[in-house]
Amino acid sequence: MAGREASREPGPEQDAPPIRIVLAKLGLDGHDRGLKVVARILRDAGMEVIYLGLRQTTATIIDAVEQEDADVVGISMHNAGHLTLAPLIVSALADAGLGDVPVVIGGVVPDEDLDELVASGVGAVLGPGASAVEVVASVRGVVETGPRAPSD
Amino acid sequence: MRRRIDDRTPAELLAAARGGERRAVARLLTLVERGGEPAEIIAEATHHLTGTAHVVGITGAPGSGKSTLTGALTTMLADEGRRPAVVAVDPSSPLTGGAILGDRVRMEAATVAGVFIRSVATRGHGGGLALAVPGAVRVLDACGFDPVVIETVGVGQVEVDVVAAADTAVVVVTSGWGDAIQANKAGLLEVADLFVVNKADRPGAADARRDLELMLDLSEISGSGSDSGSGPGRRPAIIETTATKGAGIEDLLVGIDAHHAALSAGSGLSERRDRRFVAEVRARLDHLLARVADDALDDAGPIAGETPVDTARRLAEGLFGAAGAR
Repeated sequence: MAGREASREPGPEQDAPPIRIVLAKLGLDGHDRGLKVVARILRDAGMEVIYLGLRQTTATIIDAVEQEDADVVGISMHNAGHLTLAPLIVSALADAGLGDVPVVIGGVVPDEDLDELVASGVGAVLGPGASAVEVVASVRGVVETGPRAPSD
Repeated sequence: MRRRIDDRTPAELLAAARGGERRAVARLLTLVERGGEPAEIIAEATHHLTGTAHVVGITGAPGSGKSTLTGALTTMLADEGRRPAVVAVDPSSPLTGGAILGDRVRMEAATVAGVFIRSVATRGHGGGLALAVPGAVRVLDACGFDPVVIETVGVGQVEVDVVAAADTAVVVVTSGWGDAIQANKAGLLEVADLFVVNKADRPGAADARRDLELMLDLSEISGSGSDSGSGPGRRPAIIETTATKGAGIEDLLVGIDAHHAALSAGSGLSERRDRRFVAEVRARLDHLLARVADDALDDAGPIAGETPVDTARRLAEGLFGAAGAR
């Protein structure tokens, strides 16, 4: 029955269990509008978004990743702290035995910082120009490939 | 698709989880949520390890402050040295299957206090939630969490049912939520063992209480009150809270413990649990039957001269014999 097939039309994640992603802002950084848009984009791509919101600590993020059994964590940064905080979250995850959870960084990240972030083990970086399609593809990509080992 | 790898069997995970490994607890919950054979293995392995945890359901309208209340309540429990866990249910989008699970935003203090919180998406209304939540509660109970708090929005029968199946069902309303007519049509109120009037610092708290009292008076007159047959047979308490300020949370905790004590003193607790058992069996049967119905529908199209009633009868007769067509 065509109608029934249509009603079963899978969301992109329907066959596989949905990707579960924790989204948070780390530390003193009040700009959460971008993260809310990203949450909506990922939801519309069929993912389950565990939204933590503003002013999280590495500890609250790690607790959430662990308890929610998340596949990936996304951190939004608009406070120029990414070179300090991104490696911090990557190593904190590893210390907690969650080194198999890839990290995606989004926000205002200058191009010249990309190499350093990637070297520190960040799985993907989404800058201000990233489209919705790129956001979804990059989250799916890091879930598929797993985290990158820090190169130093 | 590559996903995070954990090669442990459900039995190994359960042993680790009961030993206190939170990651193993989380992984078990994932398997339960996905359903299928691993979920059934876990259900069988945990069934006889359960019954210790006091299961508390919290429900209410969107925006009534359930998450904030749950966060404040479980923070206080953790500070008292108990080991609370939360199963926080939020809706999946029916169009994409995705979900934004935002309950942790209001439970940050609880996270810091060590409360184990798991967000669960409804994943469609095919009845999955009615299986996933009891399974998750069982895992948490078996792992020593007590109480286990289920928080769901009070919209949709399945969500209300999972709360109604708790040992203690808490229904949250707010100041200015509407009048007694709203109370009567809500459908939520019949399941309440305790009422919370949240946002009690706002105007209208006294009105909300009065409307609830009125409704409870009517229920007593008509004998249709919550659980008057099998519970402790007492009128649900009404507790005023301002969850954002922590006001009234201690009263709520006392009320929840008192309800549990009253259930435990009589046969109430075992009756609740028998009812929960039957509810889960029913949900499992529904799930199985829905699959059978799906298969039967695969061959069904509109047939000239048949009404939908005719077609359904004919298919039911094919599946279950003459008795099925009645």
